Amino acid sequence: MSMAHLVVQLLSGLAAGSVLFLIASGLSIIFGVTRIVNFAHGSFTMLGAYLTIDLIGRLPDGGFGFWAAVGLAALVAGGLGVLLERLVLRRLYRSPELFPLLATFGVVLIVQDAALALWGPEDLLGPRAPGLTGTVLVLGLRFPVYDLFLIALGPVVLGLLRLVFHGTGWGTRVRAATEDPEMAAALGIDQHRLFTGVLFLGSALAGLGGALQVPREAITLQMDMATVIEAFVVVVIGGMGSLGGAFVAALLIGVLQAFGILAFPRIALVLVFLVMAVVLMLRPNGLFGRAEPAAGSHQALSQGSFAPPGPLARLVGGIALGLLALVPLAANDYSLIVLTEIFILALFAASLHFLLAVGGMVSFGHAAFFGLGAYGAALAVTGLDAAMLPALALAPLAAGLGAALVGALCVRLGGVYLAMLTLAFAQILWSIVFQWSSVTGGDNGLLGIWPEPWASGRAAYYWLTLVLCAGAMLGLRRLVAAPFGYALRASRDSALRAAAVGLPVDRLRWLAFALAGALAGLAGGLQAFAKGSVFPALLAVPTSVDGLVMVLLGGLEALSGPLVGAAVFHGLETEAMRGTGHWRLLLGAVILAMVLVCPSGLSGVVGRVAARLTGSARRP
Amino acid sequence: MTLLVVEGLSKRFGAMVAVDRVGFTLAAGEMLALIGPNGAGKTTCFNLLNGQLRPDAGRVTLEGVSLVGLTPRRIWRLGVGRTFQVPAAFASMTACENLQVVLLSHHRRAFRVWRSTRSWYAADALALLERVGVAHVADQRCGTLAYGDLKRVELALALAGRPRLLLMDEPTAGMAPADRQALIALTRALVRERGLAAVFIEHDMDVVFGHADRIIVLDHGRILADGSPAAVRDDAQVRAVYLGTSPGGRGQ
Repeated sequence: MSMAHLVVQLLSGLAAGSVLFLIASGLSIIFGVTRIVNFAHGSFTMLGAYLTIDLIGRLPDGGFGFWAAVGLAALVAGGLGVLLERLVLRRLYRSPELFPLLATFGVVLIVQDAALALWGPEDLLGPRAPGLTGTVLVLGLRFPVYDLFLIALGPVVLGLLRLVFHGTGWGTRVRAATEDPEMAAALGIDQHRLFTGVLFLGSALAGLGGALQVPREAITLQMDMATVIEAFVVVVIGGMGSLGGAFVAALLIGVLQAFGILAFPRIALVLVFLVMAVVLMLRPNGLFGRAEPAAGSHQALSQGSFAPPGPLARLVGGIALGLLALVPLAANDYSLIVLTEIFILALFAASLHFLLAVGGMVSFGHAAFFGLGAYGAALAVTGLDAAMLPALALAPLAAGLGAALVGALCVRLGGVYLAMLTLAFAQILWSIVFQWSSVTGGDNGLLGIWPEPWASGRAAYYWLTLVLCAGAMLGLRRLVAAPFGYALRASRDSALRAAAVGLPVDRLRWLAFALAGALAGLAGGLQAFAKGSVFPALLAVPTSVDGLVMVLLGGLEALSGPLVGAAVFHGLETEAMRGTGHWRLLLGAVILAMVLVCPSGLSGVVGRVAARLTGSARRP
Repeated sequence: MTLLVVEGLSKRFGAMVAVDRVGFTLAAGEMLALIGPNGAGKTTCFNLLNGQLRPDAGRVTLEGVSLVGLTPRRIWRLGVGRTFQVPAAFASMTACENLQVVLLSHHRRAFRVWRSTRSWYAADALALLERVGVAHVADQRCGTLAYGDLKRVELALALAGRPRLLLMDEPTAGMAPADRQALIALTRALVRERGLAAVFIEHDMDVVFGHADRIIVLDHGRILADGSPAAVRDDAQVRAVYLGTSPGGRGQ
């Protein structure tokens, strides 16, 4: 490749980086003040892009129409940010970190369905920017003027933001609230107004970033998650709360992507995450981040004590298990399939529940391990000609190893970093599986993963699943009550105290992370043989979120929660799929309702009702 | 017998020198009070001693073993127990379970995965709770304990690691005066009976002058005075800087 090509590629990367900076700076500003990673940020970028195309069609042709559309799209995105703050975020500033993450993800789902309904599933191509349509010669090669405009825009926006934050009273208050939210509140800064303003500015930047992408690339419905993850990576690499850091990191990522696509077209995304991983290992606070950002005032996710069941509960559990074992004698194939699926989901949810509620670690990428297990088992069958049982044994092993690797990097970071890093790793894995089609079958998946003859009947596979899932969940219960579970909970309750009494907090968390991964992997392996096939969707973000929804539906405070959650979720999904095409809209609404209205889940509601009933019964 | 030797201990945060060339020695059986105005560097001193912060300069040895650069975990294993200014017991566990966890850690059994925690060190845990006078709350969750009881559980937790040195950050803060005296008298008795040494940060001058064998006064990170309660009380410099602010020798 010639020097000229390299230079053009570099410039093109800088242009992409400039746009990425606009979006990432918005995410960073919002996180700085609210301590919330707003998943919907990427949705605002996507909406900004779609709205721009839409508005250009309605406004008069020419320069005015185009730039008015861009400006309006940014304003609408800002307005939606305000709405999000007023209706959702405002209620969640003090909730555990998981809740705002989930709630904003619910918004992502709703926006996806809305965008699909409004603009259809096809990728949209916008017009080029009037006045900037030409090209210039760079070392003899043509280069778009529009990209030069973007390269110049990045530093201009950085300068303007600096001016706002260091030159205005409002900016000073935002900086004060970023440094020390408690103090800023104590000094009488009106938090609500400040937060609303920050959401407006941040979301408008996201919308502007989306609008400016219109002349550069096709606008797709996948833009939202891709954008927010990339923007988060930028913020992490640059250092939370550092605009200059975000600028440098955005350019770095832009250039890296541009060259990555040339050098390793299939794993350009992986390259970005690898850079993030290296940066985090060497500088946990990012390139320009100062000390660890204050954790904010988030409550602990769970205070559950998970007392071992009493004799009555054991009896009930034993009878229930016995009845479940008898089901194949009476039930039809369909019920057996449904129940088999529920057991597998319950094990997946239980492994995530262990991580969240007992370990206090929020993972947004748990599906990675579910998928590793499924693909591990499937590849053992298709690639190694393994029988079912060895393949099933390989599933937790592969997933456990994967989790051990990811955990080694993630667990010491904790909080929202952990949530986003697990998400990033799940995305890497997904893109590897998706792209490496010679081995994984890519989008077509792997087919023909059937059980051995002895287990191929519906009833036989049902029993196998029941034994493995119930066994794993009972084992997990045992572990939670054993010293390891207590030590892990101790690290969750107070990491400081746990370290001060000699508990190796990081090692405990790491082992718990690996174990949760292994159990998710077992569930994944069972899933592969139950369906006879595996697809990349198994380890995509929606599967991770399904897991979180099941755990929350069931309730965090009881070890039986995941089972209840899985059953309810499965029923809900089946019904919704049958009744309406808008599964994402419904799921988004369920998530919002759960987080805002009923964060303790079904077991929490049952517990409260039971307490009220027994309480009133005791009264004379 | 000299237990702890601290020499030239220093820590700066940016331009501010939080701890400035602090040095002292401590013998087994001794109760040392660390006093000084807010921001004098008392808690920072503790964080340096138990490994939460790494000193910029200085030496710390416990029975000849250097503690500088070790993790809090390692230092705890070498026999340094600590109680925190804000009680930090494990809120989701009962008082008894809290102690069991610490005992499991002490006996290196925290990674056991099968036998229920209930069966580990329950008797030892109860005995410790008994010794600090809160056996009656053994089965209550620490998140729901009364403040005074929690402070005593804290003390039991620090003792469970069989420390030789106890670092107590405001052990009596937030307690009623009578309870304060009782708690510090209990600490004193434990120090004697187990041959420990204790350093405690305290603002209540009745507690300090009533129970400390020795007092160190810190001001702006430096040692202003180090001596018996009588000597410190008569120190003109101390009076001017610290006690002078509250006539009659009472703290806030």
